Amino acid sequence: MSDPVGGPVGGIGAPIRLEYDYTPGEATSRYLRSIAEGRIVGQRCPSCKKVYVPPRGSCPTCAVPTTDEVELSHKGTVTTFCVVNLSFYQDIEPPYVCASILLDGADIALFHLIQEVPEGREVTMGMRVEAVWVEPEELRPTLESIKYFRPTGEPDAPYDSYKEHL
Amino acid sequence: MAMPTENDTTPLSALHVLEYPYTRSVGPVVGRFLGGLRDRKIEGIRAKDGRVLVPPVEYDPVTSEELTDFVEVGQAGVVTTWAWVSEPRPKHPLDTPFAWALIKLDGADTALLHAIDAGDQSKMATGMRVSVRWREQTSGEIGDIACFEPETTS
Repeated sequence: MSDPVGGPVGGIGAPIRLEYDYTPGEATSRYLRSIAEGRIVGQRCPSCKKVYVPPRGSCPTCAVPTTDEVELSHKGTVTTFCVVNLSFYQDIEPPYVCASILLDGADIALFHLIQEVPEGREVTMGMRVEAVWVEPEELRPTLESIKYFRPTGEPDAPYDSYKEHL
Repeated sequence: MAMPTENDTTPLSALHVLEYPYTRSVGPVVGRFLGGLRDRKIEGIRAKDGRVLVPPVEYDPVTSEELTDFVEVGQAGVVTTWAWVSEPRPKHPLDTPFAWALIKLDGADTALLHAIDAGDQSKMATGMRVSVRWREQTSGEIGDIACFEPETTS
């Protein structure tokens, strides 16, 4: 930061800010609207049968449109995670855990926050977690409608059940 | 499930802001230059061939030798080239139409990029003289120079 006292300046604030008018497209818009109803809706590829969430409207492997909608469980498995020790702007006090969460029935992991980890328990690969939603009147078409995921207390999922999704 | 209404299939749209709050360290030479601005003086540095470079640089552009000979330069100078901005953007230094210009300050041999508050494009010309307008509160950054303005001859 610039120094108001005197002598040479050590550093200057040099923020980079980009403002986008973001349009997620039809498939992802449907998914976001389902989120606003407290549901998680993905799409299944008619060719390889993989279930994408969020759906993008096509399968990147088979290059075909995805139209079949699949309602997904609010529970899933942590496939991999990261402990964040540095503070960004969020109002979350570090350390906290961000994780890739493979919802039951999905073939691609979502990225979200893990909270309410019981004292003495660490987040692990395979940990079973469930979505914690905002109050119904606060539901909006954004993934922020899910506040975070928390451990369900179920036994960890075996590695073989998610190794294809890392 | 209810039949989708037209509203259900319209793609959504929302403002998305991506921001990186960088702090950039400026090094000893630019650090002194910015410290000088806080004290409302403009300093360049003398290159090995005798030219005064403004803003100053750490190493000689020709010989690559370290430079240390700071030289205070004038607070007015000559426009060497310019471009008119008729619709300022939110982060621009002025919120009324202005010129970006290269300004060779008196005593300097290179030009400094800054804004000129000329009011109207017709007031701009290469070779015109301009002088610095300091910001009321200086803090050690390039914005301590609010802008340059056409020199009034009396």
